[in-house]
Amino acid sequence: MVRDVAFGQYFPGKSLIHRLDPRAKILLLIGFLVIIFCTFNYFSLLFVTLFTVLMILLSGVPAKFHFKSLKVIIFIIVITSVLNLFYGSGDPIWQWGIFKVTVNGINRAVFVTIRIICLILASSCLTFTTSPTELTDAIERLMKPLKKIHFPVHEIAMMMSLALRFVPTLLEETDKIMSAQKARGADMDSGNIIKRVKALMPVLIPLFVSAFRRAYEIATAMECRCYRGGDGRTKMKLIHMSKRDVFSFIALAALICGVILCNIFIPAVI
Amino acid sequence: MSSVLELKNLSFVYGQKTPFEKRAVDNVSVSIEKGEFIGIIGHTGSGKSTLVQMLNGLIRPTEGQVLFDGEDIWQNPKEIRKIRFKVGMVFQYPEYQLFEETVYKDIAFGPSNMGKTAQEIDMAVRKAAEFTDLKPQLLQKSPFDLSGGEKRRAAIAGVIAMDPEVLVLDEPTAGLDPMGRDVLLTQIVQYHKKRKNTVLLVSHSMEDIARVADRIIVMNNSRLVMFDKTKEVFSHGRDLEKIGLKVPQITKIMLELKEKGYDVPDGILTVDEAFSAVSSLLKKEGKIW
Repeated sequence: MVRDVAFGQYFPGKSLIHRLDPRAKILLLIGFLVIIFCTFNYFSLLFVTLFTVLMILLSGVPAKFHFKSLKVIIFIIVITSVLNLFYGSGDPIWQWGIFKVTVNGINRAVFVTIRIICLILASSCLTFTTSPTELTDAIERLMKPLKKIHFPVHEIAMMMSLALRFVPTLLEETDKIMSAQKARGADMDSGNIIKRVKALMPVLIPLFVSAFRRAYEIATAMECRCYRGGDGRTKMKLIHMSKRDVFSFIALAALICGVILCNIFIPAVI
Repeated sequence: MSSVLELKNLSFVYGQKTPFEKRAVDNVSVSIEKGEFIGIIGHTGSGKSTLVQMLNGLIRPTEGQVLFDGEDIWQNPKEIRKIRFKVGMVFQYPEYQLFEETVYKDIAFGPSNMGKTAQEIDMAVRKAAEFTDLKPQLLQKSPFDLSGGEKRRAAIAGVIAMDPEVLVLDEPTAGLDPMGRDVLLTQIVQYHKKRKNTVLLVSHSMEDIARVADRIIVMNNSRLVMFDKTKEVFSHGRDLEKIGLKVPQITKIMLELKEKGYDVPDGILTVDEAFSAVSSLLKKEGKIW
């Protein structure tokens, strides 16, 4: 059911990656995502892949859950790689009608597949090892400079953490409402697309109603506790950078150097 | 009498073969007769809700069978929807399932899914509204404009409108005021009497169960611990307390009288019964005439 989606779930733990400063993790992830798309030959791709595997091993989250997060996007991976396979330039090595496969196309397909996989694995590494509160806290701190231009940083962070907090609640609610409508004979698993979209209405309407109800409730509850925005609020858990964060930055820097060197000295294949 | 629902060695495991594996229902075998009023009790997390969701095929048992009229409901998984019309299920807080523009349309959702004609649907809706005492003028209102109790009754009407052979209600009175509880319970009993179908009622209120049930299923720790006549079950007051359940207040008073050495019968369920038992005891002892 909907609850089986592993992508974005948090797994409490005490691994090295768990203990990194969430701000560091976000910056590392951004850096890593950029470098994934700066790989142009198989050596740099190998570096990136090894780095991803290292991250997974260090995260202490069972590999099974990493694979589960891939399962969600397998469809996207297949489509993009097949498209890339047929869109390569150069001499065809196989041709059937308008479909032609070139060496360049094969390379492109391999690259796009591995890039997407590394991208998803790295991102889910962040969400697996960082609790939603840590995550929003870190985002709030990282965006703090934007306050100078009157960007509502705290409000946005608060909205994010509230939204994240309600994801499991709403999933559970969806399950319940779906069961209730199925019990009244709603048919959600068959028929064409239009029929299926129509069949979703009995689920979506009660879901929206309850989401609004919960939003009002939480707003009231926050007001009852005198919530008044971010100015002068202190944090229960202070986050601070430590040695291991510095080491992780050094590791990323090494990777970036490696990839750049590869790009300089080895010819690109795509 | 023939059994309308039969559960054979029914088990359900959540998250099978994952670290989160949890056995929610463990080897339950029960046979329910046509026309019975069954109460299901057990403390939170005892597996009641999982058990009832297997009765109409909302979840598929990991082991064992559910037989409806002697046939396995999962014999043909594509036909499982038909079972859902025969075994009507009212969830906890059913008012959160209301979605249509008018109460009428919402109650009609079930019957129209059954593929009935407009005329049959109209009949079904009006009958269901009558059973749950919804006034005809309410039918054209939006379900979101009703009061809490009315919403609850409208949602229950939505299930009754399918005219199920078996009606399962999961804590239908939760969150209602005492008056609303009594009224709703009475309506369910009236419905059961008129329609003469089978009703299963999950409840935390022992008083309610004692008032209405013929037999009681007691669940504890995913297992069936008792399945017997209401009187019998509530005469095991001490055993029920051990698994975190209570007996109705009046039953408890009589139980304690008995433990003090007074000669009163077991399993007294209502104040009236208690009154006649105590007064006959007093007569016997010559305290009153």
